[in-house]
Amino acid sequence: MSTSLRNNRLPALALLAFALVVSSIALVFFYAPVDADGLNQKIFYFHVGIALTAYACFAWGGWKALRVLWKRDDDADLESYVAIHQGVIFGALTLVTGSIWARYRWGHWWEWHEDQLVLFLVLFLFYSAYFMLRFSVPPGPRRANLSAVYALFGVALVPVSILAIRLSERFIHPVAFDRGGPNMAGSQFFTFCVSWAALLTLAALLYHVELAGKRIDVRLRELREALR
Amino acid sequence: MSSEEKYVAAAYLVIFAVVLAYVVIIALKLQRLERELAELAELARDRQQEEREAVSVG
Repeated sequence: MSTSLRNNRLPALALLAFALVVSSIALVFFYAPVDADGLNQKIFYFHVGIALTAYACFAWGGWKALRVLWKRDDDADLESYVAIHQGVIFGALTLVTGSIWARYRWGHWWEWHEDQLVLFLVLFLFYSAYFMLRFSVPPGPRRANLSAVYALFGVALVPVSILAIRLSERFIHPVAFDRGGPNMAGSQFFTFCVSWAALLTLAALLYHVELAGKRIDVRLRELREALR
Repeated sequence: MSSEEKYVAAAYLVIFAVVLAYVVIIALKLQRLERELAELAELARDRQQEEREAVSVG
């Protein structure tokens, strides 16, 4: 990749994220119809997109973790860590926006008998514990390997969390997608797709910004060691 | 504002607040990196000065 392209990538990504976020908010509030669920359904466009983005971040972190173990790729350890960090941020947002939706729709902030909710919470707590493990081991190959193995175990929970609602016999959580496709009107599906694209672009932007900061941090530490 | 509207506004405000908090944290980190870089540049300049002085004395 040429240097100018690499240098222009972040501002271009930031512009794209900004344009998509503004477009998706406009579509949610001025284009997508208010359906039988009422105005409260407008939370769905970002809540589901945020949850899917969290899964994507965990999967990306898992892929990078696999590269640590398989290819002995040193950069992949930092990339896996940053992806999981993003996943945890998006996971927290999923839980908060979902709880706000549930408070209005169900009258409760949380439902413990809902498999989808509980499994997502388990996934979120599992990845939150990743940081405790990572920072309890000194930097080096051992920390990279332990973190990678832990991240890969977590990836196995992602399909379980997604499929929970399909496997569950008793649930009240709405199903946005089933075997027949999306359970919504065409305009709602279009709005959802733009919102999800906006969130994925935002996550990619935050990932690259955080990664750049972490890499500078590592290089500064190396420079400090060299100058001592 | 109806209670339904308040819940929708709250959900979107939470998302906005989290993204804003993230940007603030990154900005603080950038400030710290800038400070550290300035310290290292100073250290490198001092080292260079010491080497020059050592050569001129020698």
